[in-house]
Amino acid sequence: MANGDKKEYTGAQMVMESFLRVGVDTIFGLPGGANLPLYDVLPEYYPRIKHYTVKHEQAAAHAADAYARIKGTAGVCYATSGPGATNLVTGIANAFMDSVPLVCVTGQVIRALIGRDGFQEADIQGITIPITKHNELVLDVDDIPRAMQQAFHIATTGRPGPVLVDIPRDTLQEKGEFYWSDKVQLRGYRQDNFAPDPNEIQKAADLIAQSERPVILAGHGVIISRAYDELLKLAETANIPVITTLLGISGFPGTHPLYLGMPGMHGMYWNNRAINEADLLIGLGVRFDDRVTGRLKDFAPKAKIVHIEIDEAEIGKNVRPAAAIHCDLKAGLTELNKHVKPKERSAWFEWIDDMRRNHPSITIRETDEVLPQYVIDSIYRETKGDCIVCTGVGQHQMWAAQYFWYDKPNSFVTSGGLGTMGFEVPAAMGAQVAAPDETIWSICGDGGFMMTMQELATIAEYNWPIKFAIINNGTLGMVRQWQELFYGNNIVSTPLKNPDFVKLAEAFGVKGLRAERKEEVRPTIHAAMEHDGPVVIDFRVHYDENVYPMVPPGASLDETIEVPATETAPAQEVKA
Amino acid sequence: MTNSSEEIRKKRPHTIIALVEDRPGVLNRITSKWRQRGFNIESLAVGHSEKPGLSRMTFVVDSDANAEQVVRQLDKLVDIVDIRDISHEEIVTREMAMIKLRSTKETRSQLIDIAELFGANVLDVSPDSLILEATGDEGKIDSFVTLLRDYEIIELVRTGRVAMIRGADVSHPELPAEEQYDRYPGVHTW
Repeated sequence: MANGDKKEYTGAQMVMESFLRVGVDTIFGLPGGANLPLYDVLPEYYPRIKHYTVKHEQAAAHAADAYARIKGTAGVCYATSGPGATNLVTGIANAFMDSVPLVCVTGQVIRALIGRDGFQEADIQGITIPITKHNELVLDVDDIPRAMQQAFHIATTGRPGPVLVDIPRDTLQEKGEFYWSDKVQLRGYRQDNFAPDPNEIQKAADLIAQSERPVILAGHGVIISRAYDELLKLAETANIPVITTLLGISGFPGTHPLYLGMPGMHGMYWNNRAINEADLLIGLGVRFDDRVTGRLKDFAPKAKIVHIEIDEAEIGKNVRPAAAIHCDLKAGLTELNKHVKPKERSAWFEWIDDMRRNHPSITIRETDEVLPQYVIDSIYRETKGDCIVCTGVGQHQMWAAQYFWYDKPNSFVTSGGLGTMGFEVPAAMGAQVAAPDETIWSICGDGGFMMTMQELATIAEYNWPIKFAIINNGTLGMVRQWQELFYGNNIVSTPLKNPDFVKLAEAFGVKGLRAERKEEVRPTIHAAMEHDGPVVIDFRVHYDENVYPMVPPGASLDETIEVPATETAPAQEVKA
Repeated sequence: MTNSSEEIRKKRPHTIIALVEDRPGVLNRITSKWRQRGFNIESLAVGHSEKPGLSRMTFVVDSDANAEQVVRQLDKLVDIVDIRDISHEEIVTREMAMIKLRSTKETRSQLIDIAELFGANVLDVSPDSLILEATGDEGKIDSFVTLLRDYEIIELVRTGRVAMIRGADVSHPELPAEEQYDRYPGVHTW
């Protein structure tokens, strides 16, 4: 690693040299007029830096996002100016909401044209201010190494997030002196020089020792901080059941006896009741999102709260903690684990077990129809959970969270905060590049799949052996569910006229399979696993299935609805 | 503390001071956050600070909502070195106003009398107008302007509040002489 070295490079070369210095070897992107200089130098740096060409910039951002989640380092994507850059916006917002380190490098029109409505000009810096952790328009070629170094530093430290660096085409072509500082100079950004406060740690340990009915609520922080072992140790030592949020799934072994699953809007009934019964709630790397808490003022009314969180602005934002530990979760748990002691809590576990026995939230009802839950369950059984699951957003996502047990750390990639439909296809690409030896199962909604399915061309080109399981119910299922429950069953614009997914896959040069009957489901999954290459499976599932349990929007966790009796009756015909 | 005094406290506009990087886009980032949370900025004053490359801002925002969350979010911005709400601290505040008035031979001396009363300066005199400059807290400026409403105000401009904490304490923590990062970004951070 060259410290303080000086050498002349073009701006585009400087971008690549910066990548080498921060350890980037993978880029997702699409060329265009303004970022051509970046593509011009790609061959020079191949294979040290590999670039994957996508079909739409949104896919580049999502792929880099999933890559970052799996790999644990920053994902990088390229786009050109104007429409290229604005196509990234959804992907950037997605990474921002889920705290994913993403570095987007966009080409900009030449400096002389900026602000003059040049061809393909968009003020992408201005556009992305509210959805990036930081962004910068670099107008001087000598600033590129500093800007890149800062971008990676900001994206990956503290609470991670996306950073955008916008560079005009002529700046990329200009030559300058490459200076790589050995220190990041940012006086307004000091996030990582803090250690857990010993007083708060002691307070937390005391609260744990005193509590009779504690629960751990583990969020994305567990995965971001790679604190799996520390969480496991805390739970096992202090004998505390573990609930994970949607993004916390696969942060704790899914089949562990202490694991209770997901809470919140579509969480397990017993979890929602346990949270409101608990006398201590230990929030680890969570932000107490409204989908988790339900009506905030009735959330965990009996519980004192311990909150370990890296982002100070999250502490006290939604709930008032009794002990607040502001630090990296891994460091905080390591410290906390030194102070916790074993404790018998059999009455509490009996209460939870009773709840689970009497309110089984996730039984799959007996029927000859192909139920979406049965498909997810079958994928779990056929793969034995040995895969990485990517999902989009909606009913299929909730079922993938409810009916699949993630024992492997960081094996569940989903769009949580922003709720981006269509995430599942490009996310699978990013996950596959990050983990080439893993099998990637992309569980897709038929609605979401249609938003990004152009990337099948990319997948065929690189021959990534991703298995796409389309949970095809012919409707925007979650939206239909809300229409049914909260809009007087007024079904508007949610039924989908889908293409023939098998033929569609084949048109892209991807193997297409279909399962229409229950007995075909498992053999089809098996056939997909046997195929050495990408596969799209069209699971024709029962179209009227709803996700339960459910906390109605604005209700408290105590008002969780279990499966209503009518759900087991034959589905009624709904007119489009 | 009684309820009513607590209420008065709450209703006082928030005075927030910030030390920020002096570069393009900073104001955009900050105002973007206030806008997102629905705060209206009543006044904003920006200028160089004693530290090279850093500007100091004073915001006054309307007070109905709790500004604490926004301040904490703003503190996360890379371009903001430090920010704090000093509404409840011992502070001095000042504002400057320039007022252009229509004046005749008869009214000129009356206007100058009022100006003297308020320690205001006469910046410009022409046969049918004059410009007065007053400095003080907002209450003083307000009463000054009220008195002048008896005459014809052609134009009025106010700078917005600037604020400083009383005593020898600094408003923002001392910056470390050199940054303490000893590692490369992006490589082994997680």
